[in-house]
Amino acid sequence: MPVQMPDISLGLMLPEILVALLAMALLLMSAWYGKEGRGTIGWMSIFGIGLAALAIMIGGGTGETTFGGMFVDDTFARYMKLLLLIATVLPLLISFNYVHDNKMDGGEYYVITLFSMLGGMFMVSSGDFVMLYLGLELMSLSIYVLAAFKRNDQKSSEAGLKYFILGSLASGILLYGISLIYGSFGTVSYTGIAEALANSHGHVTPAVGLGMVMIVGGLSFKVAAAPFHMWAPDVYEGAPTSVTAFMASMPKVAAFAVLYRVLIITFPALHSQWGPLLQFLAIASLAVGSFAAIAQTNIKRMLAYSSIGHVGFLLIGLSTGTSDGYQSVLLYLTIYIIMNTGAFALILILNRGGIGDELTDFKGLAKKRPFLAVLMATFMFSMGGIPPLAGFIGKLYIFMAAIKAGMISIAIAGVLFSAVGAFYYLRVVKYMYFDEAKSDFSMPVSSASQAVIVMSGVIMLVWGVFPGSLLSWTETTVRMFQ
Amino acid sequence: MLSLVTFFPLAGVLAIIIAARNNANTARYIALIVSLATFVLSLRLLIDFDSSTAAFQFLEESEWLPAYGITYRMGVDGISLPFVLLTTFLTPLCILSSWKSVQKMVQEYMIAFLALEAFVIGVFCALDFILFYILWEAMLIPMFLLIGIWGGPNRVYAALKFFLYTLAGSVLMLIAIIVMKYTAGTFSIPDLMNAPLGFNLQIWLFLGFFVSFAVKVPMWPFHTWLPDAHVEAPTGGSVILAGILLKMGAYGFLRFSIPMLPDAARYFVPLIFGLSLVGVVYTALVALMQKDLKKLIAYSSVSHMGFVTIGIFSFNQQGLEGGILQMINHGIVAGGLFLLVGVIYDRMHTREIAKFGGVVNVMPVYAVIFMLFTMAAVGLPGTNGFVGEFLILLGAFLANKGVAIVATTGLVLGAAYMLWLYKKVFFGVIHSDEVQALKDMDRREMAIFAPLIILIFWIGFYPGPFLEIMHTSVEQLLAQAHTIKAGTAAVSMY
Repeated sequence: MPVQMPDISLGLMLPEILVALLAMALLLMSAWYGKEGRGTIGWMSIFGIGLAALAIMIGGGTGETTFGGMFVDDTFARYMKLLLLIATVLPLLISFNYVHDNKMDGGEYYVITLFSMLGGMFMVSSGDFVMLYLGLELMSLSIYVLAAFKRNDQKSSEAGLKYFILGSLASGILLYGISLIYGSFGTVSYTGIAEALANSHGHVTPAVGLGMVMIVGGLSFKVAAAPFHMWAPDVYEGAPTSVTAFMASMPKVAAFAVLYRVLIITFPALHSQWGPLLQFLAIASLAVGSFAAIAQTNIKRMLAYSSIGHVGFLLIGLSTGTSDGYQSVLLYLTIYIIMNTGAFALILILNRGGIGDELTDFKGLAKKRPFLAVLMATFMFSMGGIPPLAGFIGKLYIFMAAIKAGMISIAIAGVLFSAVGAFYYLRVVKYMYFDEAKSDFSMPVSSASQAVIVMSGVIMLVWGVFPGSLLSWTETTVRMFQ
Repeated sequence: MLSLVTFFPLAGVLAIIIAARNNANTARYIALIVSLATFVLSLRLLIDFDSSTAAFQFLEESEWLPAYGITYRMGVDGISLPFVLLTTFLTPLCILSSWKSVQKMVQEYMIAFLALEAFVIGVFCALDFILFYILWEAMLIPMFLLIGIWGGPNRVYAALKFFLYTLAGSVLMLIAIIVMKYTAGTFSIPDLMNAPLGFNLQIWLFLGFFVSFAVKVPMWPFHTWLPDAHVEAPTGGSVILAGILLKMGAYGFLRFSIPMLPDAARYFVPLIFGLSLVGVVYTALVALMQKDLKKLIAYSSVSHMGFVTIGIFSFNQQGLEGGILQMINHGIVAGGLFLLVGVIYDRMHTREIAKFGGVVNVMPVYAVIFMLFTMAAVGLPGTNGFVGEFLILLGAFLANKGVAIVATTGLVLGAAYMLWLYKKVFFGVIHSDEVQALKDMDRREMAIFAPLIILIFWIGFYPGPFLEIMHTSVEQLLAQAHTIKAGTAAVSMY
């Protein structure tokens, strides 16, 4: 039997290669230069991400595949990769000071972040389950390390360990699901499985159904959808805040990209099964996200529950199985990344003043630093889905897609939970505006953080009123799923 | 023109951010000038308005999000124009009234107020459902801050309650709006008025809208947020709340529920009448028991708004016009009463009725003005209150005699609590040094009330021009209300 060499066109992977080379070079550099050079490593990683973004924008999205279909570079991958880069760059930009103040700037911090993002990029471009798993593990392992990065801090170590154990369990479930699917079809390729399913004329063996459910379950863990959310609050709280900011956005983009690939490309024939499954996950996440967040006093925990709630909305959009729904998820995800990072940026800014992890730390911020308070209020109102901010537009399109697909009861549940959820976002505004200051909030704000929060705030307003550009980007992106 | 009126206050917001960063007085003047200019601009609308047609006027249309059928579409008719004018008329008065009473974060206060004005005008002008919804919800943010930052001791609770009640009410409206879009294919409000909708669907949609509007009006039993919000809000906030925000709910009934869902509206008349009557009588009784000036007026608002909904749902010319006119009247009178309470609160820092007594001896001008507003609230002939209430009762009588009779008791109770309030505060002997030390109103304060008093008597003696504006539009609304939209013959319950 002749050995068949797979077709390899490395050009398609240029962004990934750039990031990988950069990360390795930076690792060497950090060992070489010692303490003095470390400040530049952060900026160099940002520069590298910029280069990768450029490579994606110029050459990405051709629709070609390589490595025998393992790696796909289509318009969807292009959009999601850009989103991944944004979801990495923004948290990096706001955490320079935090990383420095907490003595976490041993160069490795940035390198591991880059590797994690690299894993995400492979997930996004995966063309089969093996690629998916490799990317997922690279991403997750890096984040486990990041979560435990404050080595001498008990909470941080606990967060890392907890995330690692539960994450491994979820990976195991995912692998088990993949092996069931492989056993049934003899292939791990997304398109191959889809063809086999299409040829089976709607006859689905229990093994395939079980495998699909397990894959969805494993991925639900990564996006922290209820009932697979238990790890999120503890890990969000325990991990260093800069890592939490990163963890709350980047992996979600990657995992949702994979959900698109698995559900829409691989299992379109099983929509009648995964639709209700996602709806259940969505409602459960919304319920957990809105009610459990009310009881929180730690803002990182609160944002953990809030992110569970946001995942609930995203899953509603995905469960519709329509291109409107797919578009609305991309829209919401993009908006979520920006407003979430904005909120974390403010926590990090307050952290410099030695406070910021408790909700009560925000008391009276409006009196001392009205500018910061306005921005935080913008992010909170946007997360609560109050117009005229972008968060409302995101929710509006999710609900429109759901109702168009006939899921009226799900939409009603969604709006009611969003009204409950508004309460805890309002509480942050309440602390900032209605209460007396107990701290003088005299901390400095770095220009990078300032740029991020101002830009995010402006984007919230602009997209809240004129979301046209975002709409057309997402519309072109999901066109390939029709 | 309409967009100019709507968004002109936002120019004031920008001006304050740029020019008045460190100077509270500049912020006050900018806010006052901008709101007065908005009023003048809105008068231009009144002059150019053609009251002989029921069509929407000053139409503006431009693409917004064509992929989803969302358009920027504005226009007013005889029903919405009075509310636009009421808003632009009351806002400068509110700003004037907060001149001295608001001392902390003045810039932010003025910004919130102007933003609120812009959003509220927009709500009355919007002819696209999503535009309407965005403005309707956006208005919550400045109001939340107004109550929460500048309010009374229990302001945090009141602000949260206000926000969450209204939000929970309106999210269901969003669902109803989207369902309508996918049934009738458009977000355009004028088009939806003619779109056929099945009876069962109408029932559900009506309920979706009903919750949101009933919370806003507020109708009993959705009214409990109102007394808290009113009592805790700063004077300006109370005036806007009573004068304009409450009208948004009834406006919703007029603009959406009745013309778009006429069959369901007719079907639910008994429900609306029932809740309104309970509201009229029950809240009037509750008002009798109040110890706090603002709370009493807040409950009287609920009672008066009960009259309004009775008038609207009596589905005849008298009732509808009375209802709309009564809303304008209530905006003037309740707004005025809250301003009056603000005047004495600025001096005594209490609103407890028992702390007053004999105020007439030290503040004669104030007592006279308060008396005028009391009479208007009670509905004495010659004041605007009489015209509105008379028309409503006439309409109700034509629709359902029982309802009219029960509603009349609300009038009697209304007279009772208002006169009782007046007696307690103004008559009797002075029994506290604080009252003895009160100073009468100054020129700024009198200037606030002069335009309100003129309107009270103008509408009271010669309501013709005011009714004239809305006449044609109301006729068309009536025609719409009596169409049978649903394919199958809908059963009316009365």
